[in-house]
Amino acid sequence: MSENPETVSVTIDGKTIQVAPGTTILNAARQIGGEVVPPAMCYYSSLKGSGGKCRTCLVEVSKGSEKDPRPMPKLVASCSTTVMDGMEVKNKTSERVVDARGGVVEFLLLNHPLDCPVCDQAGECKLQDLAFEHGKSKTRYEFKRREFDKIDIGPYIQLHMTRCIMCYRCVHTANQLTDKREHGVLHRGDAAEIGTFIEKSLENDFIGNVIDVCPVGALTDKTFRFRSRVWYTKPMDANCECSKCSGKAVLWMVGNEIARVTGRKDENGEVTEFICNECRFDKKDLSQWNVEGPRKIERSSVISAGHYEQTAPEHTPLLNKA
Amino acid sequence: MSKKLLLEHIDVEGIRTYDVYRKQGGYQAVEKALKGMSSDDVVEEVKKSGLRGRGGAGFPTGMKWSFLAKPDGVPRHLLCNADESEPGTFKDRYLMEKIPHLLIEGMILSSYALGANQSYIYIRGEYMFVMRIVEQAIAEAYANGWLGKNIMGSGFDLDLAITPGAGAYICGEETALIESLEGKRGNPRMKPPFPAVKGLWQRPTVVNNVETIAAVVPIIQHGGDAYAAIGIGRSTGTKLISASGNINKPGVYEIELGLPVEEFIYSEEYCGGIKNGKRLKALIPGGSSVPVLPHYLICKTAAGEPRLMSYESLADGGFATGSMLGSGGFIVYDEDQCIVRNTWNFSRFYHHESCGQCSPCREGTGWMEKVLHRIEEGHGTMEDIDLLWDIQRKIEGNTICPLGDAAAWPVAAAIRHFREEFEWHINEPKLSQERNYGLVTEKTFDAQPA
Repeated sequence: MSENPETVSVTIDGKTIQVAPGTTILNAARQIGGEVVPPAMCYYSSLKGSGGKCRTCLVEVSKGSEKDPRPMPKLVASCSTTVMDGMEVKNKTSERVVDARGGVVEFLLLNHPLDCPVCDQAGECKLQDLAFEHGKSKTRYEFKRREFDKIDIGPYIQLHMTRCIMCYRCVHTANQLTDKREHGVLHRGDAAEIGTFIEKSLENDFIGNVIDVCPVGALTDKTFRFRSRVWYTKPMDANCECSKCSGKAVLWMVGNEIARVTGRKDENGEVTEFICNECRFDKKDLSQWNVEGPRKIERSSVISAGHYEQTAPEHTPLLNKA
Repeated sequence: MSKKLLLEHIDVEGIRTYDVYRKQGGYQAVEKALKGMSSDDVVEEVKKSGLRGRGGAGFPTGMKWSFLAKPDGVPRHLLCNADESEPGTFKDRYLMEKIPHLLIEGMILSSYALGANQSYIYIRGEYMFVMRIVEQAIAEAYANGWLGKNIMGSGFDLDLAITPGAGAYICGEETALIESLEGKRGNPRMKPPFPAVKGLWQRPTVVNNVETIAAVVPIIQHGGDAYAAIGIGRSTGTKLISASGNINKPGVYEIELGLPVEEFIYSEEYCGGIKNGKRLKALIPGGSSVPVLPHYLICKTAAGEPRLMSYESLADGGFATGSMLGSGGFIVYDEDQCIVRNTWNFSRFYHHESCGQCSPCREGTGWMEKVLHRIEEGHGTMEDIDLLWDIQRKIEGNTICPLGDAAAWPVAAAIRHFREEFEWHINEPKLSQERNYGLVTEKTFDAQPA
């Protein structure tokens, strides 16, 4: 039970934390960090209305709250269930959760093509990580997978619906950026697809962010397509003067050339500040940017394989001479 | 002859029109409520009656009403769910088509109880002709002062509008219905917040089935206690049953809850027995999404008690040996029906109707359909049965709305009770193709009641 009336106490996989009332289980877990954080494919903290759809963040609530200690009968989506004081949650320690999550991963991969070798997202794909962690090595699905034609949405973005897992993140992004509904979902069930009204191009200064929020390779940057594998590039934090956005971005370098520009993502893979299309697609010359230094990439990520974690310190003359 | 409350005057000629309905005692309940009862009194009567939601879940209506949030200055809404799309269910259509004023009267009473001044009937798009009938009845009610401003001088205002859906099963789920009514894509919402707190246009909302709302009329007319005296245990009152399948007299019947299932199937008053003198093979008692019962569990429960038409008795034994009353879509199978083919057909329906919002339902329903189709077409393997079991287990309970459960339960029950028939399809693909009506052995009918 929480000592402070301003906060509530929640225990996730045996680790207790005090959080503000109204926090979701997922965000409480993210505050603890590490192993207890459930994976989330559709929830995006900066997008209103996102979450609840992918079901990968299902957790078991083994104790409802201090007042009402009954466990919840069903597994709940941690991204949209708020914590109660004294709640006890089981994530990886619950067999039910592990089983259900394995099922969800299998469902997500059911119609997802195995084209990682030619997919631009490979190496920074959330679904790849999820499948690696929770999936099985073989599929039990023996039918034809869903296929769509590739669609160009405007000059910079390509939509490859075949890879889409229907997380609705891009729909929320587009809806919350513009006041016209340009980007939405057509059809229903497993025939549902992301669409712009009659393939009308998306025209908005910030629409490039749909690429960053896409967890898979369904929305890709046409200026970067097939130019390089992500683990051959070196991410550098950089900023620029921009009248539209904060100008804080990551440059993904191949040699001295900027292969692509993206927003900066936090440890949960969420963009901290959305950047504008001009910064993303047009500023491809190093002289337009102030480079801050190499971006910290977790050692566990494949992206860290190809880039230098540290530059040589200045006081090591031998190295500098070379 | 058991007691009829909803369909009492159904055979009176012209009951569809206002004048005849009024002559048969119509709108007396509204008079009684508006003149002599407060809105809380109406809620109290409904609580006393023990009325339970007739749409399928069977949640006590009075309790649902008492959950409605009542913040100051925020309008509240009552929505009538007339999006009846459960395969095997057609009672609401019958009610609205034959006696639309009963629904309107119920809407007035329920809106009065909840303090709603703008109520809606959300009707299934395929029921366009029914919608015309209800629209006509609403116009008559307006013309006679039962709707509009200051009804019968009571100071209570009510506007009633009718909105058609566009033919999606999912819009029968209450939050999807609200989304659809708001003009959006009919995707179910995440709960909480529940509609009782934030529903239509973020206002407190109650969504009730047509039959539930219609049942409020006899409750107010005769009193909650009189209603509660009908039925058995916690299953009070009467229920409309849509009987279909291989029976002599398919149709909509009003029964007193607690009627033995055996009597319902075999008596001349109701279904009139199995058609062509065949034997009873299986029964789906509450619409396509509830578990199927094999013949030896229909008339008697696993404990040997007689099975009754009530929420409790049909659910006796849980899903292992029981089912659910659901929406009352009573589908009877004779010995010539193929359970595998039927399960595939239901699965195809749920695959088609999944909204595609959450992954287990979107992908799993399609997968189950394909595997079932493969078995039905004679290309299945023994592993397919276990695969189906595993898929349904991973869908059930892990989705946003109950459509996932509705898709999983029939598959689970079919495998649970008719595994032999699935195996027969796999072992004898040619035979099962030639004889397109399932597996029947004498052993299957050992326990057949006389």
